[in-house]
Amino acid sequence: MIWTAVIAGSLACYLLKVAGYTLPDRLLTAPAMQRVTVFIPVALLAALVGVQTVADGAAVTIDARVAGLLAAVIALILRAPFLVVVLVAAGVAAGGRALGWLP
Amino acid sequence: MTMDQRRAILADALGVGLAAGAYAISFGAISVASGLTVLQTQALSVLMFTGASQFALVGVLAAGGGAFVAVATAALLGTRNGFYGLHMAPLLGMRGWRRLPTAQVTIDESTAMAVRHEGNPRDARLAFWSTGLAIFILWNLGTLLGALGAGLIGDPGTYGLDAAIPAAFLALLWPRLTTTIMRTVAAVSVVAGVALTAVLPAGTPVLLAGAIGVACGIVLSRRESDA
Repeated sequence: MIWTAVIAGSLACYLLKVAGYTLPDRLLTAPAMQRVTVFIPVALLAALVGVQTVADGAAVTIDARVAGLLAAVIALILRAPFLVVVLVAAGVAAGGRALGWLP
Repeated sequence: MTMDQRRAILADALGVGLAAGAYAISFGAISVASGLTVLQTQALSVLMFTGASQFALVGVLAAGGGAFVAVATAALLGTRNGFYGLHMAPLLGMRGWRRLPTAQVTIDESTAMAVRHEGNPRDARLAFWSTGLAIFILWNLGTLLGALGAGLIGDPGTYGLDAAIPAAFLALLWPRLTTTIMRTVAAVSVVAGVALTAVLPAGTPVLLAGAIGVACGIVLSRRESDA
């Protein structure tokens, strides 16, 4: 199942890249198309932030991930680079759990 | 193009490549902690080679979302690369089969670096290819390091790797929150994602919350252009 997703997802992403070089301009620059696509990355990434912070299978759980995410927000406001943001979030969640403060 | 200009472009490419490589370490670790093998993780970095989509595919699979939803989420995030290609095609002057390898390295960073030299096609081509290749190599090295490293540790929760996943998405999202409309779209999508998680089967909340966010953006931008 994972291999199917890896191969099919990679193929889809590659074909989308190739489409930019091969499809006629007017198809991709149509106003309706642009209105939709400009928001896709922001909407999907934000949805992933929300879901991955609280999802526990098909249930909502508030745990150390929330504290980790808040720490990531602070790191981003302080203009920390990508890897630092991720490490800060992981560190806060792991530290909170080790001390028994966070589930 | 002078030697200095050439050197500056190559130095920029290496800098961007190193940053991407560091970020790939977190991808490799998160992917293996999510249940993918080292080989599957590495296959994503070689074949998919577009960060946000890779994180999304792994994140949805880890949440129990199923292959179809994982592929759909990754592909939707990958649509922007198609628009980059549209912009790059005339700038790089690519024809025939050469477009096939060029397409694979058409990502956020290589496009951004080429656009900075838009006035001079030779510089733009050098910036595109040096950045694209530096990232391809360092992204895959970083992935391997992270994947092997994560295999050595036990429960991902102990190291907070489950908290690293939403933080990685937030860090990808952050630089895109440039306008009020984008910030509103993001806020609506986050709230919708959380709310839908409580009521829908795993995986589907991401796609539906994303669709709600896009619809909200269309309404807001239409209202702004009417005003």
